[in-house]
Amino acid sequence: MTRILVIAEHDGQHVQQSTARCLNCAVQIEAAGADVVVFAAADSTAAVEASKLSGVKRVLLVAQKEKAGSLAAVLAPQIVALAADYDCILAPSTTFGRDLLPRVAALLGLAQVTDIMAVIGPRSFKRPIYAGNAIVTVEVPEGQQVIGTVRSASFKPVGNGAEAPIEPVSVSAALPTHTRFIELQSGSSDRPDLQSAKIVLSGGRGLGSADNFKQLYALADRMGAAVGASRAAVDAGFVPNEMQVGQTGKIIAPDFYLAFGISGAIQHLTGIKDAGTIVAINKDAEAPIFEVADIGLVGDLFEAIKEISEQLR
Amino acid sequence: MHKIIVCLKRVVDYNVRIRVKPDGSGVITEGLKMSINPFDEIALEEALRIREQGAVDEIIAVSIGPDDCQQQLRTALAMGADRAILVQTGTELEPLGAARSLLKIVEREQPELVLLGKQAIDDDCSQTGQMLAALWGRPQATFASKVEIRDQSVRVTREVDAGLEVIEVDLPAVITTDLRLNEPRYVKLPDIMKAKKKPIETLPLESLGADTAVKLRTLRHETPAPRGKGIMVKDVAELIGALRERGLSA
Repeated sequence: MTRILVIAEHDGQHVQQSTARCLNCAVQIEAAGADVVVFAAADSTAAVEASKLSGVKRVLLVAQKEKAGSLAAVLAPQIVALAADYDCILAPSTTFGRDLLPRVAALLGLAQVTDIMAVIGPRSFKRPIYAGNAIVTVEVPEGQQVIGTVRSASFKPVGNGAEAPIEPVSVSAALPTHTRFIELQSGSSDRPDLQSAKIVLSGGRGLGSADNFKQLYALADRMGAAVGASRAAVDAGFVPNEMQVGQTGKIIAPDFYLAFGISGAIQHLTGIKDAGTIVAINKDAEAPIFEVADIGLVGDLFEAIKEISEQLR
Repeated sequence: MHKIIVCLKRVVDYNVRIRVKPDGSGVITEGLKMSINPFDEIALEEALRIREQGAVDEIIAVSIGPDDCQQQLRTALAMGADRAILVQTGTELEPLGAARSLLKIVEREQPELVLLGKQAIDDDCSQTGQMLAALWGRPQATFASKVEIRDQSVRVTREVDAGLEVIEVDLPAVITTDLRLNEPRYVKLPDIMKAKKKPIETLPLESLGADTAVKLRTLRHETPAPRGKGIMVKDVAELIGALRERGLSA
């Protein structure tokens, strides 16, 4: 049996969906499931949420002193202290996991498999290279612990179903003080999270201005959708960077992805190719986005936004 | 600060679309245009800007790879790095091996800051900076979009999924750079001429004494499966019909 430890990602109170996706990968490696470690304040609800996810055998709750609990330099030595009991340590391949897990792997003297997109066997995995233009299968030799980050877009989140015990654990590790959390600046929004939304509406340079994006927000609110953007729209200052979809932004896999005025640069397409249905609306019939779109409409995007809004009434 | 080390990887240029070898043994890179990994170029640009603020004396560009990496190091010197070190090897290192090798250079040079890209655009691993910081026992500030040098520390704004995270790390530290940190300068002809006089030190990988043994087995490469051919609709009514057929319930 493969003993797996999944490192939970949470925002202080809630477990991120990336954790549920990571668990799906864990269950494919070992059907019996995995332990999940939650580093959080003692009163956080994150551990309780994690304990309900299907495939969780046990939640290890390692109490953290402060909100600064997501700093890689602080978490890594604590994970290393837990590592000896496991054959495989997984974290989501989000900015959280990508920051943290290589630090853990190096402290353990191990190689890491980044962006696991498919499980071939308990020790062999597929991962994308060259911005997804090639897929490589790698194998971790027998006797080596598997350390991997899991590409969220490649795995559906597990649902609730377990009632795993929560075990408070104390680890003895010297924690550094050389890294300090100052603040998180986030454009807080009531809309669904880009990485977990079933429907995503996305705007490109064709939207023309920050003001015009409001039309997309209004349609998104009507549809219960999240809103994303191309790098061009972010660089033009129409929207904040956390809305960027693509290789250098967020890689997402919604059921429906509607791209308005996005031409479809390779780096953008890398971020959406696991979406269920891709819709492209663009006035340029030659735009590369149409090559990957399941449904394409050549036309004015503002007219389209208006009409979709009316016809969904 | 006395020194910043910038780590540069030679990669297939980002404008080139690579192809997988027919036998699946790798990716065809022969004859392709090679460049400095774009994220590393941003790291170098940031180092140059820090020097222009008067906050550092010397910038050292370091690369690991074959002799051909000298081309990219020459570009770095033309951009403004003071000297360069090439760790020579004909074999491709994993991030851990690269980090262990870089640590040897860091121990020798004792920089206050190491800057490198958040990932290389060939293997897309996004590990080397974090691994170097871990092995060095120093802080890491990954995915940086703003870097403010203070007296004994540096304040870094990081591009994270939830927005922008600001952290403060004591020096020495490792910073990995994200796309929006800066726009690298163009190299001017006189700078290319001047760069020819700047020194590139070459060190055989073996001389560093770092453990660079490969730990993962690469079984095969393949081309990703293309998405099925889509349909074109003529108007929004048809679009919504097609979406409903596919289960859109909004």
